[in-house]
Amino acid sequence: MREGEFRDPSGCAIVGVIDRSGKKMTGEGMIKAIEVMHDRSNGLGGGFAGYGIYPHYKDFYAFHLFFETQKAQEETEAFLKKHFEIVYASEIQTRKLSAVQNEPVIFRYFLAPLPQKLSNSHLTEREYVARCVIRVNSEIGGAYVFSSGKNMGIFKGVGYPEDIGRFYRLEEYEGYAWTCHGRYPTNTPGWWGGAHPFGLLDLSVVHNGEISSYDANRRYMEMFGYKCTLQTDTEVITYIIDYLVRRQGLTLEEVSHVIAASFWSTIDRKEEPARSQEALLRRMFPSLLVTGPFSIIVGYTGGIMGLCDRLKLRSMICAEKGDRAYLSSEESAVRRIEPSLDKIYSPAGGEAVIYELYHQGGRA
Amino acid sequence: MKIYANGMHYAALNAAVRQSKEDTEIFGCVGQRYLGAGLEDRKIVIHGTPGNALGAYLNGAELTVDGNVQEATGDTMNGGVIEVHGSAGDATGYAMRGGKIFIEGDVGYRCGIHMKAYLSHRPAIVIGGRAGSFLGEYQAGGTLIVLGGHTEHKPIVGNFCGTGMHGGEILLRCDALDAALPAQVKAERIQGPGSEEAVSLVKEWCARFGKDETPYLTATYYRLTPNAENPYRQMYTPN
Repeated sequence: MREGEFRDPSGCAIVGVIDRSGKKMTGEGMIKAIEVMHDRSNGLGGGFAGYGIYPHYKDFYAFHLFFETQKAQEETEAFLKKHFEIVYASEIQTRKLSAVQNEPVIFRYFLAPLPQKLSNSHLTEREYVARCVIRVNSEIGGAYVFSSGKNMGIFKGVGYPEDIGRFYRLEEYEGYAWTCHGRYPTNTPGWWGGAHPFGLLDLSVVHNGEISSYDANRRYMEMFGYKCTLQTDTEVITYIIDYLVRRQGLTLEEVSHVIAASFWSTIDRKEEPARSQEALLRRMFPSLLVTGPFSIIVGYTGGIMGLCDRLKLRSMICAEKGDRAYLSSEESAVRRIEPSLDKIYSPAGGEAVIYELYHQGGRA
Repeated sequence: MKIYANGMHYAALNAAVRQSKEDTEIFGCVGQRYLGAGLEDRKIVIHGTPGNALGAYLNGAELTVDGNVQEATGDTMNGGVIEVHGSAGDATGYAMRGGKIFIEGDVGYRCGIHMKAYLSHRPAIVIGGRAGSFLGEYQAGGTLIVLGGHTEHKPIVGNFCGTGMHGGEILLRCDALDAALPAQVKAERIQGPGSEEAVSLVKEWCARFGKDETPYLTATYYRLTPNAENPYRQMYTPN
């Protein structure tokens, strides 16, 4: 059947979990949860981010790469050797499934920046690594770094998310936090690099929605050296959050007042000091207001954040059970893996919901 | 008839419900969409968490849910009753044209958006807790009642209540109205729910959820209706 002849009534699905005590869980729970929302995706993309999954290599940047050609791999490895010590490199182990086809070559590298190179660059270590990621993705055809953080990893591809999870054998990985995405691409053909999560360093974003401010946001971000190579709105959201948190030093709550700023009429009705703070943030970064429907789950070392657009044009619930906290497009996905919950509610549009490890300051 | 829905795809579950001509009880419901869609008669009791668009186009049947419901419950519903022993997600009663929805807890955003009434078709939604933003957006008819029984310290309605409203009424049970209303909507402070129709809806909500009627019938309400003296002259949203 051709495009336009068949309508598949869907929207993306997102779900995330964190055990705030730091206790680890395999990727199996997320696979079961996202499976409940199968009909929100159409088989053109699925992916996961796991945090705390590489304890033995936690001091090294874990790069996950797709290679479409041998030449792309050779060029990339030459580039990596010039900038990093490659501590360990291997193909990522996958399981052959009929539901997952046409996969590229998928490699993992644990890397440490070369000390001399790094000090000559006059950059912070994280900025040095981020620039290397952007260079590979924009300059080497057929190579794509899709995960680049420490002690975390993104696993994604074209297929239904539950199949992608089994393809990557996520039941063999253990992390204290996971996020997951089932995709229904609206503007771009589904391809391996375009699946979610998007990541830069340890930051990852899964997204349900379609932002209408993409070009305004992209043009602004390109002034700071970010290159949007994927034509996909989630990529720009990832860079905006990286820029505001890592380079501008904003808290995630402040980021939510930039990207999902309240209407001026709503800000005017708030009490001080919230009114002045939110007005200041909206005035400082007007080009980073993200409009149009979105719900996102942001993963980072030690925490997950849920956020919806200010009009709440996509659904989201938050739930808690003991040390575990969940964010999801639908309650049913959480009920599948945690039938009885201590607490469940829907956040308002623009209200950041942040769950962090207790030792990182997370609330019970 | 009893159906154990665990792991069933929504299409199979809905087919089983439709084929059965008797009252049905569904156990272990996890996210199956469109349950009861378009059904005309009989009762369905659902245990678990039904998926989106529960009772869409409902045409006379009565659905009871022992738990929370998700988005677009009662979407374009024509008649019948949906009773939820829990809270509801966004867009509850979207474009509803008849029938009644009773929610024990809260509702999300855009409850009653595009609700409309015609002659004897008078849709109503009664909410025990609070409502999110855009309650009654573009409301053209019918009745929305928010009883404000929620316990967390949040306003009874979110922002932009009644935006684009041009018919019907919204009743909010509260002593002071903590909401910025559009200029085209007027609010009157009244004792008790007001009309006979509103009183009977509140009584029915109390009966369904086993609450004492007195505090609900004697409390102060704000009655929101379109302000005929200040009609829409331009786009209603400035930003």
